Amino acid sequence: MSDMESKDQLSTRGDNAIEIKEVEGLSQGQIVLRRFLRHKGAMGGLGVLALIALFAFSAMGIGPIPGWWQYHDPNRTHPMENNGAPTVTLPEWLGGPGFSLGNHPFGQDNIGLDNFAQVMSGVKTSLLVMVILGLTALVVGVTIGSLAGYFRGRLDLWLMRLTDLFIVLPVIVVGAVLGRLLSIAGDKFGWPREATEFIWANMPVLLALALGLILWPTMARLVRGEFLTLREQEFVDSARVSGASNWRIITKHILPNAVGVVIVNVTLLMSQAVVLETALSFLGFGISPPNVSLGNLISVNQGAFATRPWLFWWPGLFIILIALSVNFIGDGLRDAYDPRTKRIPSQRELEKATRRAAAKIAVSKEVEQ
Amino acid sequence: MIRFLARRFALALGTLFVLSVVVHLMVDTAADPLDDLRTSTAPNKEVLIASRVAMLQLDAPWITRYWNWLHSFIQGDFGIAWRSQQKVSDLMVGAVSTSVSLILFATLLALLLGITVGIVSALRQYTTFDYSITFVSFMLYSLPVFWVAVLLKQFLAIGLNDFLADPGVNWLFVIAVAVVSGLFWAGALGGRARRKLVVFGTAAAVTLATLLLIVWSGWLDSPQIGPLGLGVLGAGTALAVTLAFAGLSNRRALYSALATAAVGLALYYPLMYLFYYYVVDWPLLFGLLALAIACGCGVGWLFGGTDRGVSMRGGAIVAAVMAALTFVDRVMQVYPMYYRSNAIHGRPIATIGAETPNLGGDFWVQCLDRFTHILLPTIALVLISFASYTRYQRGAMLEVLSKDYIRTARAKGLSERVVIVRHALRNALMPLAAVIPVDLVAMIGGAVMTETIFGWAGMGKLFIDSLRQSEVAPIMAYVMITGAVAIIANLAADFFYALLDPRIRVNA
Repeated sequence: MSDMESKDQLSTRGDNAIEIKEVEGLSQGQIVLRRFLRHKGAMGGLGVLALIALFAFSAMGIGPIPGWWQYHDPNRTHPMENNGAPTVTLPEWLGGPGFSLGNHPFGQDNIGLDNFAQVMSGVKTSLLVMVILGLTALVVGVTIGSLAGYFRGRLDLWLMRLTDLFIVLPVIVVGAVLGRLLSIAGDKFGWPREATEFIWANMPVLLALALGLILWPTMARLVRGEFLTLREQEFVDSARVSGASNWRIITKHILPNAVGVVIVNVTLLMSQAVVLETALSFLGFGISPPNVSLGNLISVNQGAFATRPWLFWWPGLFIILIALSVNFIGDGLRDAYDPRTKRIPSQRELEKATRRAAAKIAVSKEVEQ
Repeated sequence: MIRFLARRFALALGTLFVLSVVVHLMVDTAADPLDDLRTSTAPNKEVLIASRVAMLQLDAPWITRYWNWLHSFIQGDFGIAWRSQQKVSDLMVGAVSTSVSLILFATLLALLLGITVGIVSALRQYTTFDYSITFVSFMLYSLPVFWVAVLLKQFLAIGLNDFLADPGVNWLFVIAVAVVSGLFWAGALGGRARRKLVVFGTAAAVTLATLLLIVWSGWLDSPQIGPLGLGVLGAGTALAVTLAFAGLSNRRALYSALATAAVGLALYYPLMYLFYYYVVDWPLLFGLLALAIACGCGVGWLFGGTDRGVSMRGGAIVAAVMAALTFVDRVMQVYPMYYRSNAIHGRPIATIGAETPNLGGDFWVQCLDRFTHILLPTIALVLISFASYTRYQRGAMLEVLSKDYIRTARAKGLSERVVIVRHALRNALMPLAAVIPVDLVAMIGGAVMTETIFGWAGMGKLFIDSLRQSEVAPIMAYVMITGAVAIIANLAADFFYALLDPRIRVNA
């Protein structure tokens, strides 16, 4: 085996060759899943998000099931302890007196509310809003986008004009009006007390639904674009020739092919949703007491920054962690669904491979001699 | 083309009309003008309620109120904000100018920084630098603007004011900044390990020395650029501009950039005399800027050669930078006076409002005052929008770099600089034509959160306040102006894009 030949052998294992060998015998879904699992940022984001959700829901409980934290009601006042400062202590290996949560690990505000219970309830609210908003926008956006893209013509024209209408105004403006509408409707129209109480008790859900109804246009546009290309493909024609109904073609043949765009967009919408909800609550047009929202917590406590900074740090930290995790997951999904993504080995991996190949060549030469 | 524009225009008018109906219905329902009276304890509560109902026609059906609004709107009357009894058109004029002055600068700065960093990040794809920029931009992208704004107000402003009152070296901070700057430049310039090490060392040392010099020399008490600083910065700009756009081997471009810098330096003292003897205002300054750019072009033209355009462009950029530096220097000169002024109390960095009330002083003091007020909101806005521009530009640049014509350009032996600046950069900037007009709309609409927190009486704050006060007329004016500008901007974006990219059919 000459030197020339071994070099040739190396070069035929070009980037495409590696790629093809790697995905041999795998379905499209498996390839995407594998790419996603390999994305370090996305996996980190997924881990952090899961931990936060587990922590918050187990601490404060779900519905009737109580959580492990001693105070179930975030709006109960407690006698002031430690002057309101956080009672959580560092473990010994970090130079503290040993790890313990204490009665108020995140401190207390000026009327003695437990900040830990408040922040955890806020995290629960944020996650709830995020999921409901994402689902609402998903359903509305996909429906409108697929109808417009599949049927085209007049229906498309009108649906897209509707979409334009929603895109013209900044989301925060429409959101503020809707939030205010929810919070005053009971008083203004003199609705019975049960109706008003129902609105207040379910404010996060209602707000998420309302916001979902204004955040769908980007989704609708993207889905329409996908449908316009996909409906011209041969497999759609063959389905139509074999007598499939429009409903079947849309749901069974086209939608599964557009799922990448949909999933990526929903994830990005969700990260937008977290920040939007907290911003509206900060302004006072979103979720207000007795419901707890992270944005509302920051708004209430911004004046106390100089004396009790922990009331400001904890809610902010959780907003950022949630939004950042969701953004990373979205990035990972986008890379996973993008057929152009290539896994580029790092410089160190390349050097290692070169060394291994060189050693192999040297060995084979020795054997020949 | 005309038919296309006419059709789009008619559609836009229709959209605007439907928008007005929907928003009026929504806002009218969400407004509760009686909320303060309902809980009031006044003895004549019923009379007050009845009079307000009559004033705002609350007993009439919604369509009547909408019809009245539409009727006066078509005649160009925005109505009045009923609680303050001010004309909405008067409120709007002030609010629009405040919003534009706040957001224009922030948007331009974010664009410049975001695009540059995005391009460099794309050129260094899959390096540690690229990953760090990606992480930082995701981080900034996830930051809630209200959190950042409160943080800046409560943390940075107080710290900065304390520091300015008693400047001293905080070693931890200074060394951290030097290391970060070193890492940034080493990552951005790239190359082999040895070169990276040299770049890191140089950048860190220069940063460290500059910071120490600024603190120890007492520069902070009476900051100025001066002829010396102007000369150094001008020569540096000339070199950098030539290096990026023409290459140092293009001697004519290099000499024209340097000559422009020299002309700018020579004009320093004459300009200072001019500013001293004449009352300066914005039109004069913008006239001078235009003149400077024309001079820069002229110098480039005089150096001539086969590639005049390149020299002229370089000269113009250097001239603009020199003009801006001279302006900054003149504003800096009033700082000691401003700092000692009674209205400031030795706390120059402001956290609220757009200007110090009853400050007095000449044009330059007013300029400095505007600057100290705009600093924090600008930082908040730039931090947030920088992230999306970086991501966007990185994506666009990577897309272009994978194109066949880039491979062709490399294959025919062009230098890497020419490939990147002439072939890749121009095409990678094209998608911005679709983004910038839409972002400028956000400027008219105002930054709702930032304005509310920093107390700038712009469009966003006007909207929020009116919503709180249940005043329908200002909200409708806000919605109509923002909506109209948004539609025009989208139209402009489509138009520019079609103009720049011949592959797009306009009449489709």
